[in-house]
Amino acid sequence: MIATVAPSSAAPPDERPLVTVRGLSFHRGDRAIFQNIDLDIPRGKVTAIMGPSGTGKTTLLRLIGGQLRPDAGRIEVDGACVHELGRRELYQLRKRMSMLFQSGALFTDLSVFDNVAFPLREHTRLPENLIRTMVLMKLEAVGLRGARSLMPSELSGGMARRAALARAIALDPTMIMYDEPFSGQDPITMGVLIKLIRTLNDALGLTSIIVSHDVKETASIADYIYLISDGSVVDHGTPPALERSSSTWVEQFLHALPDGPMSFHYPAPPYAQDLSLDEEPSLD
Amino acid sequence: MIDGLRRLGRLALNWLNRLGKATLFLLRLLGALATLGKRPGLVVRQLYSVGVLSLPIIAMSGLFVGMVLGLQGYANLVDFGATSTLGTVVALSLVRELGPVLAALLYAARAGSALTAEIGLMKATEQLAAMQMMAVDPFARVFAPRFIAGFVAMPLLAGIFTAIGILGGYFVAVKQLGVDSGTFWSQMQASVGWIDDVVHGVVVKSVAFGWVANWIAVFEGYDATPTSEGISLATTRTVVNTALVVLALDFVLTAIFFGV
Repeated sequence: MIATVAPSSAAPPDERPLVTVRGLSFHRGDRAIFQNIDLDIPRGKVTAIMGPSGTGKTTLLRLIGGQLRPDAGRIEVDGACVHELGRRELYQLRKRMSMLFQSGALFTDLSVFDNVAFPLREHTRLPENLIRTMVLMKLEAVGLRGARSLMPSELSGGMARRAALARAIALDPTMIMYDEPFSGQDPITMGVLIKLIRTLNDALGLTSIIVSHDVKETASIADYIYLISDGSVVDHGTPPALERSSSTWVEQFLHALPDGPMSFHYPAPPYAQDLSLDEEPSLD
Repeated sequence: MIDGLRRLGRLALNWLNRLGKATLFLLRLLGALATLGKRPGLVVRQLYSVGVLSLPIIAMSGLFVGMVLGLQGYANLVDFGATSTLGTVVALSLVRELGPVLAALLYAARAGSALTAEIGLMKATEQLAAMQMMAVDPFARVFAPRFIAGFVAMPLLAGIFTAIGILGGYFVAVKQLGVDSGTFWSQMQASVGWIDDVVHGVVVKSVAFGWVANWIAVFEGYDATPTSEGISLATTRTVVNTALVVLALDFVLTAIFFGV
């Protein structure tokens, strides 16, 4: 049972996107990860960035968070160009954004309670009794109030991710980026995480960016989806709109079809040449 | 021939590149030290980890090294009827050389490797990235406390190593081999200078060794490839590089302070 979170106070709606990416290019060595891509992340919505493994989805989150610098283009978060900020300004901006890492990235030498209290102790001068109350509220929201004394090594994968989520919302951020939140989770935990992400987004008035290749789960809570592959945005739209897309690539990805524009094989020289044969071997 | 030169050039460039990275890392580390005044608890916790937990190996090693020095010194001096100088031989060997050098090598093996592995694992499990995304600077929160704690612990450990070593030498020389206790201590007191030997030897050397040992350990963890193999290589590099740098630096400092 997921606890409800009190809605944040109403503010005049801001129609501008929270994150805008324009002409983004990024390379790792000679390999182009992104080539001149544009995308907008609307405020208050759950936006999914999906694509096959290795297409740079996590890299995109790191670029938005300012952990990587683009080779070309511009990434703005709430009007601030992330890669042009100095370290102090970037850290100020990061206090308003949060990220849930694929591994959870809990501090292994701290208990669940201390992990959630960590950002509060680092960035506020609140008395310890108030920090305790706030931490218990965050843990209650993710259903782990009773697990506050456990160490990260004592948590299951799903619990670790929920504890990390409690830590991610500790400072009441404007935006949360989720890196593969559903990967490796059992169906029940996945259902809990899906509901939590949606509930927290709506109740706290957050902007959520989910990077994932779990199509069904992500599409069930996303308001808008960007599909990326081979360094560019293949298609984007609401989940129903993408369902109706005529693109064969979109159809192959959304319906997990083994055959289609996406090749199963990593680029390689001809098989026969690699095996030093005169003709292509048959699989029959 | 050309290939060999090219390989040599590439190695030299890689070495310079890493040295440059390590220097920039050290500058950022020093910049972060100012924040530690507000968070002394972070340093105290690390002092326990790298200092207190290193005490058993330092104490045991110091004891055995001192005992060996007592035995070897006696075996050589007894032929010349000079066993009265055994206290001087044991003390000067430990204070000038063996205390700081062996303590630094043991420190690199016990605490330096642990620092590298811990930081490397924090990097591999995205804990450092998570910290950055929470607007917490790992230089202030992780690297600087470990560096400064190790830097403070190293001279203390070298001092303890030396003191216990002298006691080990005393035990063997006086209690086992029958050297006169008064002679052992009075010869040592007369020959070992406070500034010339203790400060230039164990103090200055262990401070210098503490600086490089902890710089290498923390940098290697920070620069480790975040895989199990990468962390294993980084840990090995910490121990090997620290040993080489400490021994080379020992020669330089010995030439400066004790060279004829």
